Amino acid sequence: MNFQDFLFYFFSAILIASAVGVITVRNPVNSALLLVLAFVTSAGLWLLLEAEFLAIALVLVYVGAVMVLFLFVVMMLDINLDRLREGFWKWFPFGALVALAMVAEISLVLMGKYFGLDEMPTPAPHDADYSNTRELGRLIYTEYVYAFELAAVLLLVAMVAAIALTLRHREDKRSTDPARQVKVKKEDRLRVVSIPTEKQE
Amino acid sequence: MEYFQQQFINLFGMEWGAMLFAFASNMIFILAIVIPLLLGVAYLTFAERKIIAYMQIRVGPNRVTFFGIPWLRGWGQPIADAVKAIMKEIVIPTGANKFLFVLAPVLTIMPALAAWAVIPFSPEMVLADINAGLLYILAMTSMGIYGIIIAGWASNSKYAFLGAMRSAAQVVSYELAMGFALVCVLMMSQSLNLGDIVNGQQGDSLLNWYLIPLFPMFLVYLISGVAETNRAPFDVAEGESEIVAGFHVDYSGMAFTVFFLAEYSNMILVATLTSIMFLGGWLPPIDMTPFTWIPGFIWLLLKIAFILFLFLWFRATFPRYRYDQIMRLGWKVFIPITLVWIILLGTIMQLPDSARNSFPLNIWF
Repeated sequence: MNFQDFLFYFFSAILIASAVGVITVRNPVNSALLLVLAFVTSAGLWLLLEAEFLAIALVLVYVGAVMVLFLFVVMMLDINLDRLREGFWKWFPFGALVALAMVAEISLVLMGKYFGLDEMPTPAPHDADYSNTRELGRLIYTEYVYAFELAAVLLLVAMVAAIALTLRHREDKRSTDPARQVKVKKEDRLRVVSIPTEKQE
Repeated sequence: MEYFQQQFINLFGMEWGAMLFAFASNMIFILAIVIPLLLGVAYLTFAERKIIAYMQIRVGPNRVTFFGIPWLRGWGQPIADAVKAIMKEIVIPTGANKFLFVLAPVLTIMPALAAWAVIPFSPEMVLADINAGLLYILAMTSMGIYGIIIAGWASNSKYAFLGAMRSAAQVVSYELAMGFALVCVLMMSQSLNLGDIVNGQQGDSLLNWYLIPLFPMFLVYLISGVAETNRAPFDVAEGESEIVAGFHVDYSGMAFTVFFLAEYSNMILVATLTSIMFLGGWLPPIDMTPFTWIPGFIWLLLKIAFILFLFLWFRATFPRYRYDQIMRLGWKVFIPITLVWIILLGTIMQLPDSARNSFPLNIWF
């Protein structure tokens, strides 16, 4: 076992343990934090696969932004665990069925004849100056530009929809308009009055 | 270097010797970065107190001398502060989540120090010369927020929680503007490697620095950097007049100091990145003999010191922003500016050479 293999097993062990923790831990905040750990360790695994751009983007996007907002929401929720557990056994067979179907699908894909070391040999490692980012950028803006633009449009539509659904114009809302605040001149607010002093005796 | 490597190989055998040598030399390099950094942090607090004091016509710390040298009055203050912090008890509130409460300061300082791994101090002085250096920095700085959120939540106190919420929203919004400003830098340099970014600014004088073609981005980056490090005038996460001290209200002793160490080393990090990305890093302002005698490392230090002085100047000058104004500035002012600038820069880059050369004052290419 060389050092890379050791790293692989090390990261994988942490990844599996934290992923199991996400669904078993009782406190939702702890479970969100374990999900962060799972993201970071899978970024480590991607680094081992020489996908440094994807690994860092995973940390940047999911750990740095998505999970922060997630934690933000989870911390403010007042979750009653007993009520969450109420329907567990009632829905258990249904959930188990869905889980089994997913396991079957994944194993059909991964254990089929398209994967495996004889079908897909280990890719040759690249030189140290090989830039993953440059290659990825070249591919998504030339060969896969159509798919990439489609994904971008989809995200844009989702974003516009999310804003349109939550934006309400309330009549009774009071807010300040910074542009108007900035425009205020001294003359609008301040009146200098000259008061005649009384005569000194 | 080779001599020591040979010694290691003789001692521990071919495979293990090389590995242990790499480990030991990297450890020494890391210490060579972290120890000056922490000393810099200690004396930055001193500089802050002194500079703000002089700006407010006070004297500042002037009692503790440095090893009894009478004319270095106040210079022992940071060391005295550190000793005091180490001696104090770390109080853990009864209602707190103990594990996360202790973990939070560690999570704050870890990314603040880890980001330094890819910083080039001079053309050869860099610990990890990786291709995706800029992305690594962005990823590391974006992880710093976890310490603050966890500290706020684990303290089980309303003030701390409010501070953490404010800080989370603020950092996430300003990260976007910061990232977009850096996109402009990497469009100019066409590389994510920090050393290549500095080399791209090489030229006769400071007119070649990215400061000039990307001046609005420089401002956006600097101001977002102040917001990202939760410094005044964007320090609503602490907001001592509204929510006592924000996320670290329940921390004491060394745990509290670790938050401060992280904040100040983040400040130095942002100053260093600004100097590398916009002010030409280790390059002298004019490529002529008297300036090139000074080593590049000193130039970088001078630039960092200047940006840090700006940070302290901001704190002494501006009143704290109101929370909704911070959000407005980030989302409605900075992000549109950066988007416009990215499109403008992209258009100029895609122009044919003849059209680009016909610009009367072509500062871009």
